[in-house]
Amino acid sequence: MNLRPDPTFHASPKLAMEAPVENYAFTVMLSPDGSQSDGIAVIDLKPGSDTYGEIVHQVIVPNKGDEFHHFGWNACSSSLSPLSGHAFLERRYLIVPGIRSSRIYIIDVKEPLKAHIHKTIEPEELFSKTGYSRPHTIHCGPEGIYVSCLGGGGKDGTDGPPGIFIMDCETFEIIGQYEMDRGKQDKHYDFWWNLPQDYMVSSEWGLPPQFENGIVPEDLLSNKYGHSIHFWDLRARKNIQTMDFGEQYQMALEIRPAHDPTKSYGFCGVVVDTTNLQGAIFTWWRDDDGVWQSKKTITIDPVPADADDLPDLLKGFGAVPPLVTDIDLSLDDKYLYVACWGLGEMHQYDVTDPMNPVLAGKVELGGIVTDTKHPNGKDFAYGPQMVEISRDGKRVYWTNSLYSTWDDQFYPNDEGGQMVMADVGENGGLTLNKDFYIDFPKGLRSHQIRLEGGDCSTDSFCYPSV
Amino acid sequence: MISDLTSVTALWGAVIFSGIYHGINPGMGWPLAVSAALMERKHKAMPRALAMLALGHFLAMIGILLPFSLMVVLIEWELEIRVAAGILVIAMGVYLLINRRHPKILARVHPARLVLWSFLAAMAHGAGLMLVPIYLGLCAVGADEAGHLAAQSLMGNTVAMAFAVAAVHTLSMTVAGGAIAVAIYMWLGLKFLSRTWFNLDFVWALSLILVGTFGIYSAYSGH
Repeated sequence: MNLRPDPTFHASPKLAMEAPVENYAFTVMLSPDGSQSDGIAVIDLKPGSDTYGEIVHQVIVPNKGDEFHHFGWNACSSSLSPLSGHAFLERRYLIVPGIRSSRIYIIDVKEPLKAHIHKTIEPEELFSKTGYSRPHTIHCGPEGIYVSCLGGGGKDGTDGPPGIFIMDCETFEIIGQYEMDRGKQDKHYDFWWNLPQDYMVSSEWGLPPQFENGIVPEDLLSNKYGHSIHFWDLRARKNIQTMDFGEQYQMALEIRPAHDPTKSYGFCGVVVDTTNLQGAIFTWWRDDDGVWQSKKTITIDPVPADADDLPDLLKGFGAVPPLVTDIDLSLDDKYLYVACWGLGEMHQYDVTDPMNPVLAGKVELGGIVTDTKHPNGKDFAYGPQMVEISRDGKRVYWTNSLYSTWDDQFYPNDEGGQMVMADVGENGGLTLNKDFYIDFPKGLRSHQIRLEGGDCSTDSFCYPSV
Repeated sequence: MISDLTSVTALWGAVIFSGIYHGINPGMGWPLAVSAALMERKHKAMPRALAMLALGHFLAMIGILLPFSLMVVLIEWELEIRVAAGILVIAMGVYLLINRRHPKILARVHPARLVLWSFLAAMAHGAGLMLVPIYLGLCAVGADEAGHLAAQSLMGNTVAMAFAVAAVHTLSMTVAGGAIAVAIYMWLGLKFLSRTWFNLDFVWALSLILVGTFGIYSAYSGH
């Protein structure tokens, strides 16, 4: 416990943007076949440092087969709400779940170069206390640390619906299930919220048998992956509205609410529209009557391709789908970054008017057919995937792996883990930084990135930017 | 008579001081008034939020003081009641000193229900208890003067005193917290919100122990 709030807690998104820039990144390293242990790479981002852009420390866990994916902080700017009464937590621990093993590591990164495991929660404890499995997205909020799980109980995670559980933000004890009334929610993926407005939004990927051993083409073509998002009364823990985008909008994944808490809108990325292979972004908002609405505001077209250039999975379609697998919104709510993992493109949209996004910048890198090289001449495996934006909005980092078994289906001849960075122009525009290119140790792939002191998919703010 | 007057002044001073002390503590809610004004983009949202916080706090104070005001009627038990009250306040302080966890129930309250939140926050932190020894001290001075009164009118006096103490305390709390909220909202900016936020948990628990000890001491020393 501190005597003052952690200096990385900011009342508003604007104050977070004005704060000192990030000194380190923490990036997930995963062994796709479980032959090595997974870990967290600590990357030096201190401007002017001799080891800038290099891995300067690694926390390698003792187990194998965890498959790290997403992770998050024990505390963030949400602590500055007096409502929840924990203003004096430290932003010190990373909560790192194994999506395959259901094991959770609490990693102490107070001194990034000496980062180490603080506590391990074994899968059995998670199963018995929550009935959930395959923990995934982490957010810290009013009642502690919230963790979304992709699986329910039982061996294949289909015994009961998946959902969110709450963990104590000081002791890291699992408290139990979050939901009191889940309504129609029967799958899970991402979630985020607006704390002063007291709503939460959650999304759907699919049940464990639909993703663990690879994408199931029959399920995709029969529209059996998730295509709804759910709106919740956050503190009452109740699903108040389920919104179905339409069954062809397969895999409604990342939820990105506007950071400014006075706004009642946000975005959701859809991986693929099975009627035309487009990628799509929906804008969702609350209307004057308090009912949630949504509209498809961005579509990205597939690109025709020769069957010989396509993996078996896509040969029959004669085209590369964009595969919108991650989106991220800058803290000023101005730019939405959209990873097109299949095409090998990172798009930047100006979403100042959230109902009319305008493409402002684009970078080509990797891709199923194009396989564009990095400006430094090196190869980039797969395509742009997990994206993270610096607090000031000037640097955009991303990695390349989607999920072990899916990488192998869409990119059967590729291998490797890379992280790159692009600079954002004064008036938009996106340019790959020639000098920033991290090749992860052989046999390890990379996924989510977290920035020291918070980033654009971590912190929830309780006061508006003024 | 002169010493009575001095102690009455000192005790009312303590009521006002405890109000200021509660008011500047962010844990009692002034940041919520800043948030309300900014979220609604209306200046008048701030006085409304402060009024809701004040009402919740007042109810928590009166909720603790009233039971004591009824007990004061048992005038022959005065000493025991004051000692027991002192022990209770000390116990709350010791509990808060040992259990440094924040009360989880507060996180379940809807952000717009500020009266409820303020009531629960004050209750959970023993804010009302901090007033009890001061209040009982004031009642004791009053009882000396009104020693010949019937029980019924004595009770009327102590109930009125409870309302007066809770009102003066809440008013000074609201003025103190409101001053910080207005200063941040109008001039200083949100950056000062986290800068003015100190962890008072330890000091708060010690204050309860101190006030409880004072209550027991003053019970034995006559006032």
